[in-house]
Amino acid sequence: MKIELGEWPVAGNAVDGTGVELAIEARGLVKRFDGFTAVDGVDISVPKGAIYGILGPNGAGKTTTLRMLLGIIDPDAGYRRVLGHERPTEVARRIGYLPEERGLYPAMKAYEAIGFLAALRGVPLKEGRRRGRELLEEHGLGYAADRQIRQMSKGMAQTVQLLGTLVHKPDLVVLDEPFSGLDALNQGKLERMIRALAAGGTTVIFSTHVIAHAERLCDRIAIIAGGKVPFAGPVDLARDRLRPQVRLETRAQDGPWRAALPADVRHEGAFWYFTLPETGVEPLLRALIEGDAGILSLSIERAGLHDAFVAIAGEAAARALEESEGEAR
Amino acid sequence: MTGFAEKLRCALVIARRDFVAVVFSKTFIFFLIGPAFPLVVGGLAGNIGAKVQQNVERPTIGLAMSAEDNKRMLAAREELDGRMAGGLPDMIELAAAAPGEAFDARSALSDGNREVTAVVGGTLDAPTLTATADRARQWVGLVSNLAARARAEAPTAYPDVQVEEVNTSIAKVRTGQIYTAQGAQVLLFLLTMLLAGMVLSNLVEEKGNKIIEVLAAAIPMDALFMGKLFAMLAVSLVGIAVWGTAIGMIVLAGSESLPSMSAPAVGWPLFPILGFLYFAMAYLLMGSLFLSIGGMAATVREVQTLSMPVSMFQLMVFFFSSYALTMPGSWVEWLSVIFPVSSPYAMLARAAQQPEVWPHVLALLWQAFWVVVIVRAGAQLFRRTVMKSGPARGRAKGGVFARFRRKAY
Repeated sequence: MKIELGEWPVAGNAVDGTGVELAIEARGLVKRFDGFTAVDGVDISVPKGAIYGILGPNGAGKTTTLRMLLGIIDPDAGYRRVLGHERPTEVARRIGYLPEERGLYPAMKAYEAIGFLAALRGVPLKEGRRRGRELLEEHGLGYAADRQIRQMSKGMAQTVQLLGTLVHKPDLVVLDEPFSGLDALNQGKLERMIRALAAGGTTVIFSTHVIAHAERLCDRIAIIAGGKVPFAGPVDLARDRLRPQVRLETRAQDGPWRAALPADVRHEGAFWYFTLPETGVEPLLRALIEGDAGILSLSIERAGLHDAFVAIAGEAAARALEESEGEAR
Repeated sequence: MTGFAEKLRCALVIARRDFVAVVFSKTFIFFLIGPAFPLVVGGLAGNIGAKVQQNVERPTIGLAMSAEDNKRMLAAREELDGRMAGGLPDMIELAAAAPGEAFDARSALSDGNREVTAVVGGTLDAPTLTATADRARQWVGLVSNLAARARAEAPTAYPDVQVEEVNTSIAKVRTGQIYTAQGAQVLLFLLTMLLAGMVLSNLVEEKGNKIIEVLAAAIPMDALFMGKLFAMLAVSLVGIAVWGTAIGMIVLAGSESLPSMSAPAVGWPLFPILGFLYFAMAYLLMGSLFLSIGGMAATVREVQTLSMPVSMFQLMVFFFSSYALTMPGSWVEWLSVIFPVSSPYAMLARAAQQPEVWPHVLALLWQAFWVVVIVRAGAQLFRRTVMKSGPARGRAKGGVFARFRRKAY
């Protein structure tokens, strides 16, 4: 397997162009399986302490990308630097990972399972078990600490595994589709947990095919489709790819003022919808007032992440994303 | 930090988990009573071994009479050969004694270069037979018969044979050591065979529980493999301790009726130590190989299908080593010593028969080297072929056979 190493200036933590310290930097990651290119030149920069989402439909290459970042598999080309190390396995103790396919040993008790996951990451078993009990107590599962995993509901077992991902107090938490399989209540809990982690300085990177989660939680996202990343950056920047949308309600339905509306205008019910013109809203307002259109309401809305996703990744990817969401439901 | 110490730490975390999971499971009792079944197989293998033994152990009588008497005795043996039930022992001329000259039969029996089981001296009228008590009892009539036939074509009188008993002979020691070697090989085979199935299916549990990815992200894959091997080794030691105690009690209770075992060439304190080390190596070699193969299997059904060729492979290694035992110094023996998976069997047999210790140091290093090579290669293969897709829907029809199918397209 040939790994093409690009230029990499200095050892230690990576820094992006604006001087922000990066927890993860990957450039040109490529992974092929049996002639199929699963990931094709992915670039990702995750600032320290950020909540970073990898957004894409099933089969887009999210899991493979995360696995490469974790060192579970090696890329065929490209380089990665995780917490300042080119070999992610060297910093495994500082990383917490929740894979998409959750799994624990069914015969283990909840606190033992957390202790075992802690021991894997270098925490002494006894200490890991103690922390396990503590975490279970904190998250309202203290009563089930001595219950075997096989005796727990899926949601409880999932929480136990998530606690096992965090028990060693990692600097970087990687979550692969963390919301899948959780009910609305537990999804809310998880969102709060992710925000708390980031507030405490932990970097969180998670993959999802649900736009709402990415939109609510993430500082930055990478949109991935067909193994490629057409966009990576702040969520606002993704939205700014589209001009804001204007919704206008007028008393008059017709008149010379209509000539002032942009060409992409569409009329639905009592409302006019169109993209905010490059010249801004003031010339338009002036024309409407002078033309006696009778403005009842006017709102300017930034584009949603869904629209941005469609604009960036294309209609096909957006359809695939919707199908993925449908499958998950 | 993925240095040796860290890998060892990770391996021990896995080993501890696996050991506790196996030993404290309800089914562990079946593991403990399991040897009762292979003992039957062992008995059958022992019978096959006994046939090989008959070929290895060709008892030889050395002649130390006058040249003329030796010649006549050899002729008489030729004449009788094939006419007596059970066949006749080989007979060679050790020395042509001059009249009145005494031949030192005891020295001849302890001479490693000659390897005769008994010595016939004296004259045709008054032959002497020097041998161990059991051999003397077995051959005294034969010697009298041969001497009578050597004296006259149609004998009417049979001379008395003067018997001189010795405690042992080089040939007897050698025969005993071959028994010891063979017994040790059978024991080694049984112990490693018991564990093969467990090792083969070891990673299936992780795949079934879907915990494999968590393990792969947290620790080096070769540490995972080593941990699993260590755990099974520790489990087997628990088994050996239980079985050893049981066998020890049987031996103590019925020691009068049990045949005494010949001292191995390297000596008693060292032989069991080497036996343990070679067991560990045989297990680690076979285990790492089977773990690598089993790691490719996605389901219990695939493991079951794989267990047949795996058992056959183990049997082949065992029979190859047993065969090599009958051909000391030949290329076959060297091959069995060098081939990593048969090396522990061959070297344990060698320990029973050859007193040199240094070859064992070399052999153990050689075997340990191959354990590391196989574990690393297996871990790499596992990483490259198993951890290669996302959710289960992409892998549901995967596994070792799917990979073969893909290759065939």
